[in-house]
Amino acid sequence: MADRSKFAEEAMPFMGSLYAAALRMTRNPAEAEDLVQETYLRAYRGFEGFQEGTNLKAWLYRILTNTYINIYRAKKRRPEQTELEDVEDLYLYRRLGGLEAAAAGRSAEDELLDFFTEAEVATAVEELPEQFRMAVLLADVEGFSYKEIAEILDIPIGTVMSRLHRGRKSLQKKLYDFASARGLVPTDSEVRDAEPVRPR
Amino acid sequence: MADDDEIDCNRALVELYEFLDGELTFERRHRIEAHLNGCQHCFSSFDFEQELRIVIRSKLKTQVPQGLLHRITTLIEFEGRGFEPPGLGSPGRG
Repeated sequence: MADRSKFAEEAMPFMGSLYAAALRMTRNPAEAEDLVQETYLRAYRGFEGFQEGTNLKAWLYRILTNTYINIYRAKKRRPEQTELEDVEDLYLYRRLGGLEAAAAGRSAEDELLDFFTEAEVATAVEELPEQFRMAVLLADVEGFSYKEIAEILDIPIGTVMSRLHRGRKSLQKKLYDFASARGLVPTDSEVRDAEPVRPR
Repeated sequence: MADDDEIDCNRALVELYEFLDGELTFERRHRIEAHLNGCQHCFSSFDFEQELRIVIRSKLKTQVPQGLLHRITTLIEFEGRGFEPPGLGSPGRG
């Protein structure tokens, strides 16, 4: 049983990452602030139910996602898309993997850092359907394990893995589409027309 | 599993995300690493995926709005004392 007087000291350090996740969930800074505030209030009220010594960050994220689902999903303006088109494995690598070879001495990371803007990455993540977006955020931004994500989202581990798999591939395609819209790379159909289909 | 002895490129690709996510057993991880050491194509694709993830994470860094920490800290202090601070509640939820 956790001591309420220690709540602020223990829970406040996670506010930055909770806010970042809230922003990608709500896609709206004012709503994200409200969501984080409501999350902390609920967490404080329920802190006596938190098992001392277990994962406080995961516990807070669970409250965050539940609060989001209860409050914000209910008033969503547009219906949530739940299907994703099928995207091939290594989608970006097959199209951009040669980038670093073209610029000698630069790593793929350096190349990719220049390639996508912050706004593009944020939009690509925010455009993912909610269930995929949450899984990708929890794994790739927050570094939670499959087991932790399963507990936070209250879904089986197998579902976590398939959402990650499909969400990440879809994210790659969105990023590529941004780059081709800016004329940095050929469009996807141009790529397909230019190259023979590689047997898999 | 009987087919575990040999990791080919297809098998490595199937386990790519579990590998990068640190979710494989030591044994499986070791087998994938052995394949990567001998396969330039798989090595560069794994490396690309890893670096892409670092890039995505760094591009999503967010500044916390000024005042949010103070607002929440105040709210919790008042909550602890059993009453609500005036004007600090969330809009629409009383």
